[in-house]
Amino acid sequence: MSAAGPSQGANCSLPEGRREAPRVQPVSAAGSVGVVASGRPSFEVAVIGGGLVGAAIAFGLRSLGPKLAVLDEGDVAFRAARGNFGLIWVQGKGMGLPAYTTWTQRSAHEWPRLSAELLREAAIDVALAQPGGIHVCVTQDELARRTRALATLQAQPGFKRYDVDVLDRAALARRLRGVGPEIAGGTYCALDGHCNPLKLLRALHAAILRAGGSYRAGHGVARITPHRNGFTLETALGTLEAEKIVLAAGLGNAALAPMVGLEAPVRPNKGQVIALERVPRFLALPVDTIRQTDEGTVLIGDSQQDCGLDDALGLDIVGAMSARAIRVFPMLASARIVRAWAALRVMSADGFPIYEQSAAHPGAFVATCHSGVTLAAAHAYAFAPAVAAGALPESFKPYAARRFHVPTIA
Amino acid sequence: MFRRLPDPGALPVPGVPVSLDGVPVMARAGDSVAAVLLMAGRLACGKAPVSGAPRGPFCLMGACFDCVVTIDGAPKRQGCLVTVAPGMRIETGRKAR
Repeated sequence: MSAAGPSQGANCSLPEGRREAPRVQPVSAAGSVGVVASGRPSFEVAVIGGGLVGAAIAFGLRSLGPKLAVLDEGDVAFRAARGNFGLIWVQGKGMGLPAYTTWTQRSAHEWPRLSAELLREAAIDVALAQPGGIHVCVTQDELARRTRALATLQAQPGFKRYDVDVLDRAALARRLRGVGPEIAGGTYCALDGHCNPLKLLRALHAAILRAGGSYRAGHGVARITPHRNGFTLETALGTLEAEKIVLAAGLGNAALAPMVGLEAPVRPNKGQVIALERVPRFLALPVDTIRQTDEGTVLIGDSQQDCGLDDALGLDIVGAMSARAIRVFPMLASARIVRAWAALRVMSADGFPIYEQSAAHPGAFVATCHSGVTLAAAHAYAFAPAVAAGALPESFKPYAARRFHVPTIA
Repeated sequence: MFRRLPDPGALPVPGVPVSLDGVPVMARAGDSVAAVLLMAGRLACGKAPVSGAPRGPFCLMGACFDCVVTIDGAPKRQGCLVTVAPGMRIETGRKAR
């Protein structure tokens, strides 16, 4: 994101109970917990990256208290976590890697627990709703292609099947009030939902702090040196020690991973989001390109562009997205755009996450994906415990980066 | 609740007559419409569309969209981003959104 950062037009007032005093980590007294003989701050686990992936993993490790650190960059970082759309989405995912739907469904299933724990520990309601979601097909051809694609997806060996309703125009109109006259239909999956991703990020951070974890902004990691007892992390604001590290630095993982015998070949993929003014509730459930937030803001999203480290907004794309949104919901034509922004997804070559522990330097883990909202619960309740245990279970095998080592045919 | 800070070194600032929901109000040159609302004690100028909770000028920098009012007949203007002009008509209320 740009330095100014986006906001969703979410209300800015702070409800009671949301203000927590900033925690200060004791780092001075030599010999106290958290300080090694060198005088450097020392942690059992340092999560590198304070976005949704890093924060969800750190949330899952929060019982470590002061032995946990989250090292984040500053406001100039490319922050996918502050530009995303906020869907918790299951339908349509996993083509080519059936295990991915199992992982996604697990996270969607555990999301209510995450939401409840964040409400209890951070006093922040992340506005979770899982009423199901709809993929809208504008034309009959789109609907036919979508139906075939979902059938192919679910026919994969090992695919954990779920119900998808194919909706014709009449069925779609019953589910989506105000859908446009030319829209052919859509597909509905009961497992889909959404949340407020800005509140999610804030709640994760607040819960980590409340548990005694150390959040360190401005600590972009420049170098990682593995040694016998762990890792030395050179950051923009000093050097730290950690027994274990989790690389959750988004696009930054590509450069960090090789320092600890891992690889994270990820590239930026630009997505743009348009925020309309807040309007009375008309959308009972999210559409994969249009959703209404808890406060009434209408978001339009889901553009995809490969254009490197460029997060500038493109008016051509904004125009095309707006035009399509108006075909889907004609009444949006009179709603004003209050904001639009671009952000960079963290994309691997096949679009699936990379989860791995370093064989050369055990204790170093990498986690990278482009579905930080959907997978937040899985990261907190499945990946984080595996880091704590020091071993990733068999189910993480498909996500190792060696899958990208396809020999070129001579 | 709101009052102007004393600014003894400054030259006299010309008054700008505007109307707020039909009532004449004297603003000062350079005031934003949001400042006029706050000086008039109008902490709420509309309602949140979903919850119906009262909303008024908050961020004063164009981000929160809670100070939207109708200005000279044009609806949904952000009061904090518009500077007063003589004779300006400012209208609040749910209809203004």
